[in-house]
Amino acid sequence: MSTLFLALLLPVFGFLFSGIAGKHLPEKITGWISSLTILGSFVLSVGIFNDVANATSGIAAVGFNFLSVGDVIVDFAIQADRLTSIMMLVITGIGFLIHVYSISYMHGDPGFYKFFAYLNLFVFNMLVLVMGSNFLMLFFGWEGVGLCSYLLIGFWYENESYGKAARKAFIMNRIGDLGLLIGLFLIIANFKSLNYTEVMAAASTGAVSTEIITAICVALFVGAMGKSAQIPLYTWLPDAMAGPTPVSALIHAATMVTAGIYLVVRCNVLFEMAPAAQQLILWVGLATSILAALIGLKQNDIKKVLAYSTVSQLGLMFIALGIGAYSAAMFHLITHAFFKALLFLGSGSVIHALGGEQDIRKMGGLKKAMPITYYTFLIGTLAISGMPLFSGFFSKDEILATLFAQNTVVWALTVISALITGIYMFRVFLVTFHGGFRGTHEQEHHLHESPALITFPLIVLALLSLLGGLINLPELFTHNNAQWLKHWLNPIIGASQESLHHPEHHTEWLLMAIAVGAFVVALLYTRNKYIAKQSIPESDAEMTELAKLSSNKFYVDELYDKAVVTTTEIVGDTLQKTDDGIFIGAIGGVNKLFGIIANGFKFIQNGKIHYYLLYMVAGIVIIMALNLFR
Amino acid sequence: MELILIPILSGLIAAWAGKWSRWIALLGSIITGVLVVTLWSQFDPTKGFQFIFDKPWFSSAIHFKTGIDGIGLLLLLLINFLTPVILLSAFGKDKQSLVFALIVAMQGALNGVFLALDGLMFYIFWELALIPIYFIAGMWGEGDRFKTTIRFFIYTFIGSLGLLASLLYLYSKTPDPSSFSWEALVAVKLSVKEAIAVGAGLLLAFAVKIPILPFHGWQPKTYVEAPSFGSMLLSGIMLKMGLYGLIRWFMPLVPEALSFYNPIIVTLGIAGVIYGAYIAIRKKDLKGIVAYSSLSHVGLIAAGIATLSFTGLQGGLLQMLSHGVNAVGLFFAIDIIERRLHTRTLNQLGGIAKVAPLFSVLFIILVFGATAVPFTNGFPGELLLLKSIFSFHAWQGIIAGLTIILCAVYMLRLFQFSMFGKANNDQLTSFGALQWHEALGMMVLVLFVVFFGLFPQTLLDISGPSIQQLQQVIEQSKEVLS
Repeated sequence: MSTLFLALLLPVFGFLFSGIAGKHLPEKITGWISSLTILGSFVLSVGIFNDVANATSGIAAVGFNFLSVGDVIVDFAIQADRLTSIMMLVITGIGFLIHVYSISYMHGDPGFYKFFAYLNLFVFNMLVLVMGSNFLMLFFGWEGVGLCSYLLIGFWYENESYGKAARKAFIMNRIGDLGLLIGLFLIIANFKSLNYTEVMAAASTGAVSTEIITAICVALFVGAMGKSAQIPLYTWLPDAMAGPTPVSALIHAATMVTAGIYLVVRCNVLFEMAPAAQQLILWVGLATSILAALIGLKQNDIKKVLAYSTVSQLGLMFIALGIGAYSAAMFHLITHAFFKALLFLGSGSVIHALGGEQDIRKMGGLKKAMPITYYTFLIGTLAISGMPLFSGFFSKDEILATLFAQNTVVWALTVISALITGIYMFRVFLVTFHGGFRGTHEQEHHLHESPALITFPLIVLALLSLLGGLINLPELFTHNNAQWLKHWLNPIIGASQESLHHPEHHTEWLLMAIAVGAFVVALLYTRNKYIAKQSIPESDAEMTELAKLSSNKFYVDELYDKAVVTTTEIVGDTLQKTDDGIFIGAIGGVNKLFGIIANGFKFIQNGKIHYYLLYMVAGIVIIMALNLFR
Repeated sequence: MELILIPILSGLIAAWAGKWSRWIALLGSIITGVLVVTLWSQFDPTKGFQFIFDKPWFSSAIHFKTGIDGIGLLLLLLINFLTPVILLSAFGKDKQSLVFALIVAMQGALNGVFLALDGLMFYIFWELALIPIYFIAGMWGEGDRFKTTIRFFIYTFIGSLGLLASLLYLYSKTPDPSSFSWEALVAVKLSVKEAIAVGAGLLLAFAVKIPILPFHGWQPKTYVEAPSFGSMLLSGIMLKMGLYGLIRWFMPLVPEALSFYNPIIVTLGIAGVIYGAYIAIRKKDLKGIVAYSSLSHVGLIAAGIATLSFTGLQGGLLQMLSHGVNAVGLFFAIDIIERRLHTRTLNQLGGIAKVAPLFSVLFIILVFGATAVPFTNGFPGELLLLKSIFSFHAWQGIIAGLTIILCAVYMLRLFQFSMFGKANNDQLTSFGALQWHEALGMMVLVLFVVFFGLFPQTLLDISGPSIQQLQQVIEQSKEVLS
């Protein structure tokens, strides 16, 4: 069996093992075997990465023919090219760290084995998504990760609101999936194939009109909106925080939600031919980035802040995609995976130490008791806020610099979004870790640093968040080996990015200075508010109108509830009444008629009608059989 | 031949066999299943009708003529796979022997429907297959079962009259010596007007049975009020008679009228998809949800078939199998719940997952199958159907595509409110493990869900060539016309 399939199927082994045997084994064994399958996958991914580096194009493997009906001919086929191998490293690498973390985090949960089974199943589906060599494989993984996300959000299923969040996530994702499916149908109809290579090659010849390619791109982007939580399909992601924290880190920050980015990068050839679709992506990304950041400002649930932050950062990646800066988007995808996974896991460590408390107003002063969590969370905060030389600084700068050369208005708005990001992140950080402790005495008594299984992944991710920028340093900083990632991805996105303007060096220095300025403003503002003045976030009663709006997420959930849920209920009830009244009732009239006629013949019948009929059947069968053997 | 007689004979024996009846019925049913598998192993998909058995019956015009092509074989596999499972679901000791007798007799009658290559024989078995289900719904149903059964009877009876009338008309047009054989009926050329009239009769029978909106009035109540094994027979197997009739009899017999009827069927099918789904979302009775979801699913199948494209026909056939298995599975699961908690109402359920882990795993896989999640059997069929409708008409395809959203809504609602959340039922503590026959039945279904989710092409290969031949038959008739 090829390495590719082995890397893909190891998590399936973990899934089956945990799911079937895990229940009867000690936690440690289930947890470690499950984690080791992901580590195995990671090691193989490193090998594949090496192979890909030496090969001119990707490597591929075909499993079996899944469907061949008319023009729908699809193989269960996987591949690894330069884009896929990067994604594989992120998925399995961070996936492994989060598995290890979960061994401690989920300790004592009655569903421990189930949790690992689901997590493994998720990694498998995520790998299918990025390794598939055609659009249907992508769709498999796409739906599969949605399914695992559903199972894991609703993991603590006895809580009904968690169940509701899980359902919401699945259904909202399915709205996007319909878009993706329509995109697939359009691709089959116009390209007679679903294979990436064939579709992209055919598209480059210009055989398919711009209008159709635009339609395809918009449909695909609708799918991306659902999975990557963009306006208007973003409200499921904050609710998805109902799942255990490792899930939020792996699925709802580092991997699954970036599937939409991957999809657009994968289809960059198509998107380059559809400027209208790109404009759509740009503005949706921008709007999402700012809206989510604004909401993040006033959330007091530590995980909710991080969730809105994720939505906002995904918006930033889409901004990059909207101007065709594919490598910049991928760069930010990777660094974001590092620091956001770190921040989520850090918040998990805090929640763990406080016995489940998620409200930052009831935290404070955790610095002393939890030094490792504190310093790693600090690194994560600095990275996402754009502290110079941290990974997030470089990836954000790459996007901003390219953006400036294309569209200064969007650039300015994006800088504002970055500024807000800095403010809400420092707010969370300072309120959680500085000042005095505001929880109960009971909690204070039990405050402790988390065990090594939790702090080890934190430290590794902190190092990655610190140094992740090295994979794509700007030319300003180094002359040899600058922009490694961009060059690495060149075979896939090179042609699409060729015409992308990059600002002059002195302009770039200036832009960098502005970004650093925004970072400093955020730092000073929050420092003044939360350290010097020692203020804690206000309670709901004291808020200004604007703050209330942000705190209530601009009432978008309520709006959706009214517009969609209520309408569905009304339509459903009306149809049901119609159904009972007309279609089912209609026959009632006929019934009565028959009743009247039957009354006339009543005297013929006197016994049990069922048995008459039974004898009749027996008679018919005998007559028929006799006829046959005559 | 044996496929028809063995189940019916086992049914007759089982009816009087007292406590042994369930075993006799199961044995007869499984033997028939094994025979079908044997036929499958000797079957050559490229060769059209095989294993022909032809003998004059009643008169020289009416033959007992049976044969199997890829389309029929798939449905025979479905029926003879599902009937033993349905028997297992009813296997409790509390049932009367007549229950098992009727179920297995129905297997025989249905085999007759899918084997028949003679119009009148098809009609006879079509009617015969209905009789056991009338009994089942009438004798063991709940609520206003008599009224429901009468309603069911009237609907189907009116449909059957149309079928008979159309067959007789076609028969009268066959050249001397007149014949009811499928080939002879197919060869009859009609004017477009005649074809529309004849088609109306055929379609009436099939549309009621499928059911297509607005001919579905009998279905919801019958499903809900019939005993669970009855609902399984109806949704898993019986509905396929109508869809099969559409493929085997309606389309080749009146190709002249297809350009008139097909757009109507597609539209009505899609209307049913949305209509059924919205009602299913609001239903509180578990069986009610599945009943309306069935309406939604078969609407999609009918629409796909009516596109007359290879993709739509293949997808339709595949989905007939998958829907059969999934609907039987869902009714099975509901029956397991109801037998223990004596209720099917959503707000009286909840929290079952905690007391029945194995059951909830099996149940959720079936739910995913019904929701057409990739790697389950529901996915490939739905994909092909939606693709065919999308190619037929883009906007209709998009509207039909809403099913992937709506279906998720009602299916997850069904599962979560019954299995997750807090326990709302005080009998929950005594829920207990699955009995052997329940576990066996559910597992067999789940295996099917997963296996054909991965390898749908194994089934599609059986029917592919036959579908193409059928398309040729239809095309040729159309060409002659023009």
